[in-house]
Amino acid sequence: MDFTLPPLPIAAIPMSAYLILSAILFGLGICGFLFRRNLITVFMSIELMLNAVNLSFVAFSHQMKQADGQIYSFFVMVVAAAEAAVGLAIILTVFKNRETLEVDEVDNLKL
Amino acid sequence: MPANLWPSSTDLLRFGPEILLTLIGTLFMVLEPLLDGKRIFRTLSILTLLGAAGVTLAAHDAPGLSFSNMVIVDGFATFFRLLVLGVAILTVFLSGDYLEKEGHETGEFYALVLFSVVGQCIMACANELIMVFVGIEISSIASYILTGYLRDDKRNNEAAIKYFLLGSFATAFLLYGVAWIYGLTGSTNLTDIRTVLSSPNFTNSASLVGMSAALMFVGFAFKVSAAPFQSWAPDVYQGAPSPVSAFMSAGPKAAAFAVFIRVFLTAYGPISDTWTPLVAMAALATMTIGNFAALRQTNIKRLLAYSSIAHAGYVLVAIAAHSTVGTQAVMFYLASYVFMNVGAFAVVTYFARKGEQYVSIDDLSGLAVRQPAMAAMLTIFMLSLIGVPLTAGFFGKFYIFKAALDANLVWLTILGLLNSAVAAYYYLRILVVMYMREPGEATNNMDEAPFALRVTVWASALATLVLGVMPGLLLDVAGRWVLAIAR
Repeated sequence: MDFTLPPLPIAAIPMSAYLILSAILFGLGICGFLFRRNLITVFMSIELMLNAVNLSFVAFSHQMKQADGQIYSFFVMVVAAAEAAVGLAIILTVFKNRETLEVDEVDNLKL
Repeated sequence: MPANLWPSSTDLLRFGPEILLTLIGTLFMVLEPLLDGKRIFRTLSILTLLGAAGVTLAAHDAPGLSFSNMVIVDGFATFFRLLVLGVAILTVFLSGDYLEKEGHETGEFYALVLFSVVGQCIMACANELIMVFVGIEISSIASYILTGYLRDDKRNNEAAIKYFLLGSFATAFLLYGVAWIYGLTGSTNLTDIRTVLSSPNFTNSASLVGMSAALMFVGFAFKVSAAPFQSWAPDVYQGAPSPVSAFMSAGPKAAAFAVFIRVFLTAYGPISDTWTPLVAMAALATMTIGNFAALRQTNIKRLLAYSSIAHAGYVLVAIAAHSTVGTQAVMFYLASYVFMNVGAFAVVTYFARKGEQYVSIDDLSGLAVRQPAMAAMLTIFMLSLIGVPLTAGFFGKFYIFKAALDANLVWLTILGLLNSAVAAYYYLRILVVMYMREPGEATNNMDEAPFALRVTVWASALATLVLGVMPGLLLDVAGRWVLAIAR
């Protein structure tokens, strides 16, 4: 699909800046997932990772003058929304049964 | 821009199984509050799954690409579509009585099984990375709910939250890999990526392409429970309802292997020298971790989880071989693995009883005295999981290690065979407990197994034995439908 996109008003920002920002956000998401102890925060970190990917998609899409990447980011948003619905429901049931959202206290299944 | 956006009838046929399953699954959600008896959903879902299998075969007679090359119908897709539909049928047979006993039989359980199968069928026929992502997510999201299905059960909750968090985490890696390969090649279509990567004009950095492959490998490795991303599997299989564990250890796993093979053989085929050593290392780590951790288990569901990790390792050995014979071996192995694993979980479902009280290995003591038929069936599954001749597991392992030898992976073959020897110990321990010990509290006063559960067990055992005696039946099909490696 070839058609011209309007130029970005901030065209002075180089492509690499977007990709580096996206990588930083993705890395922050990983750190949040690994080091935060609250279920909701852990879940938010995953959302951050998905949005970092969206930024990459849109940046690549603009660089290549294709609309595909932007459409992919919509797919990602829809899936993330579905995931959020299910994830928050699961977190709710956990809280209802255990009265806690600390990751370390959800540990009945062990050897 | 294409003038006509309405899909042609061939397009609809090639995507038919998914369309059918989605429509009926949605219909289930509508019917659920209107119908009092929930047993009807069992019959309806079996019929739907059989119908989808019929459409799959019909679509196979019109192979090709559809929906702007996003979907591909070839033998490989048909094979895995039929496989996941078969798993779902066995799961529905297994689930009905379990859910009734737990007092939670609802239409949405069956709808969720259908939705999960939709995702797996999409994974089997995806020819495009965004389709791969959407398929994986449809399958996973339905599985997350199924895992936590008994929502007042603490074990179910815990399994669901662990599966959900780690699953979404892994998918984010997969997606980041997709974004990078899209940025590097300008396409997400698997064949287009292959063309770009193998063209001499491709100037982008090889290490970035390798990084995107590695990111996607993380995502797939999680879905097939390969090391070092296997840690979720024991918790999830132990915590989930037993029929759901049976389902998850077979269907989503087979579909994930299908999509893993298609992406790495097609799109990343030109850089196979980069990823085959990585897969070989993962195979070794997965086999070793799975088998050695299984040695110390006392809970039978957890033991089967570690065993399923080990089996994922064997399959990775064949993928590391990167040959047509290897892919054929994967297809045969997954088909036989599905039957023995679902069968084993079916016996566990029967044995665990209400609230899954009896899931420790010691509880099985004396099962052979009280329920000789069930004990014999479990014996068949265990022997097949070990890989004893005359069972499907033997030929599965044989073809895999033969493919590895053909690809000069001698060290991996030797270590893999040693691993199978270690595995024999924990499977045989179950047999010893069943046959050599006096019946205990758990084995006395057992009810007869419900009819549907017996059907699942007998059908799986029969398939295991038939494939063990006449492997040619399936191997020929796998050979005809295998994903060819373009050089």
